[in-house]
Amino acid sequence: MALLEVKNLDVRFAVRGGDLTALRGISFTLDKGERLGLVGESGAGKSVAAFSILNLIAKPGYIAGGQILFEGRDLAAMSERELRKIRGNRIAMIFQDPMMTLNPVLTIGTQMVEAILAHRKISKKEARAIALDRLQKVQIPSPEKRLDQHPHELSGGMRQRVIIAIALLLDPEIIIADEPTTALDVTIQAEIMDLLLNLCEQENVALMLITHDLGVVSQVTQRMLVMYSGRIIEQGPTREIINDAQHPYTQGLINALPQMGEPGERLFQIPGSMPSLKNVPSGCPFHPRCNFATEQCKHAMPEYVRSGNVNVACYEVANLIEQEKRMQEAES
Amino acid sequence: MTSPLVSIRGLEKRFDLSGSLLEQISFEGGRFRRKQEAVHAINGVDLEVQKGEALCVVGESGCGKSTVARTVMGLLSPSAGEIHYDGQRIDNLDGKAALPYRRKMQMIFQNPYASLNPRMTIQQTLEEPIRFHHPDWSQTQVRDKIHEVMHSVGIDPDWGSRFGHEFSGGQRQRIAIARALAVDPEFIVADEPISALDVSIQAQVLNLLMDAQESRGLTYLFITHDLAVVEHFGTRVAVMYLGRVCELTDTRTLFATPRHPYTQALLSAIPKLEDDRPNHIRLKGEVPTPVNLPSGCVFHGRCPYANERCRQEVPQLIATDGGTQVACHAVEEGRL
Repeated sequence: MALLEVKNLDVRFAVRGGDLTALRGISFTLDKGERLGLVGESGAGKSVAAFSILNLIAKPGYIAGGQILFEGRDLAAMSERELRKIRGNRIAMIFQDPMMTLNPVLTIGTQMVEAILAHRKISKKEARAIALDRLQKVQIPSPEKRLDQHPHELSGGMRQRVIIAIALLLDPEIIIADEPTTALDVTIQAEIMDLLLNLCEQENVALMLITHDLGVVSQVTQRMLVMYSGRIIEQGPTREIINDAQHPYTQGLINALPQMGEPGERLFQIPGSMPSLKNVPSGCPFHPRCNFATEQCKHAMPEYVRSGNVNVACYEVANLIEQEKRMQEAES
Repeated sequence: MTSPLVSIRGLEKRFDLSGSLLEQISFEGGRFRRKQEAVHAINGVDLEVQKGEALCVVGESGCGKSTVARTVMGLLSPSAGEIHYDGQRIDNLDGKAALPYRRKMQMIFQNPYASLNPRMTIQQTLEEPIRFHHPDWSQTQVRDKIHEVMHSVGIDPDWGSRFGHEFSGGQRQRIAIARALAVDPEFIVADEPISALDVSIQAQVLNLLMDAQESRGLTYLFITHDLAVVEHFGTRVAVMYLGRVCELTDTRTLFATPRHPYTQALLSAIPKLEDDRPNHIRLKGEVPTPVNLPSGCVFHGRCPYANERCRQEVPQLIATDGGTQVACHAVEEGRL
């Protein structure tokens, strides 16, 4: 059984003039110790997906359907009281902006001890020892000193290390990291990603990494999901998708990267932009931007088809697979 | 060799942190002391932008790349040094004398949500710079020009009566580019023009900037932190660290054979699609604050090759065999 299994998750936002569907039929699994990447552009719904796992979506958002099974128990149906025992304890989160998640008026030590004492009945002294141990694990220079410092005394990279240390405090099974390095410089990003990857491997923690950076996904994760307009359009092993993407959107996303183009030549570009939730196109939401769109694409959302180890929601890919099958049959 | 379009000579910029005289004075050990502090944003930068090229300035936050852009445009006045445009010194010109240069030099900013006036329609936004620089133009001339630039950036001219908030981020950045192009500039300073945009939109805007360069013969000073963009877009690259240029060369050479230890670390840190694991050169410590600059080479505290000379003496940009200019004692002495 998978550690986390999300089944047919629908998330909506109740606004004036009807509900907006932010996530539509999201299904995926996360195994123990596995690293999963969630990729997409802004508005694709990747952060909503991450937040809804811990039922953290704020009103007017709500989970309209589906299940989030963690060790077989449905988080979507759980009471707030029970959820609290899981949040920060069994499933930890790391957010994009460390300054937003750290309390500016409390010392690092106080915040770390507070998090431990919320879940464990131990003395403050023991909690402080755990906090110190985690700060050492994230390789912060002079960790004893940091415990008594305030967040503003640390640099951005150091703050994000503290956040990772806090996520590790209670030995979680899963860490959900929402764009953990987007606010950081490249050299710091490389160090933080390296650290996160090593810690997840050492401690056998599953990682769900939300990012828009395909390079980072390729370095860190084993499997990836590509999201577009609230749907997962492609999922499978990271290497397979990066090397041979099936969905036209994923292909476009990869080919639009400057490193894929010839220097000085025009880059491949996907026309248009991601639709807003208010007017998601009918059928496949990508069809107005897609070079392969046919009449079929305008009417119904395509089902997933399997190509290698990758699941893709695209009529064009389905047709190609169908053709290949027929040709093979004809040959034999 | 032809003379450069823009040349930056010995540029320095400091921002005073100490406030008013009263705030500077403190009472310590029985006597009054006056303390002055400043952020040393740029510490002696020399750059030349050749006509028709795209010179990229890269570096991490706080290295002074945006300050260079703003100083060149005259949005900030330099603490020391000179800016020349087409052979004429422009940093000391007053309003009226600077006017023709303001038309020839235009700027595109990072955040199109902040750089477009929310209370003006697109038509008004584009009309303002044209009317300012060409007060003698007729209504028809202005309208034709607006049509032309909107068309060239891929925005439907019929949308002129809409406001900025009605457009997506990518469209807004197109409008900001149209505004810069509206007065037929020769030189464009673009400060992180695609950093706030999504990947698929970044490609659209980069293509647009490259098309405009080709069709209008533009020269760019392109500020970015994204090295992948530089590799694609730049003719030459200047890598900055703590207010100094540490390496200056043409793009191909920089990516093939980076010489400065900082450039090497920076290049190795870009996550690449073909990587299975992060593999980057680890640097010691963190970027020092620009308030108290390290002595000697500003990079020496983090450099694996630093020796006594690096701690004492500031390295100057020196040309190497490959044509690359590097400010590094280790490269100069052949240790690296």
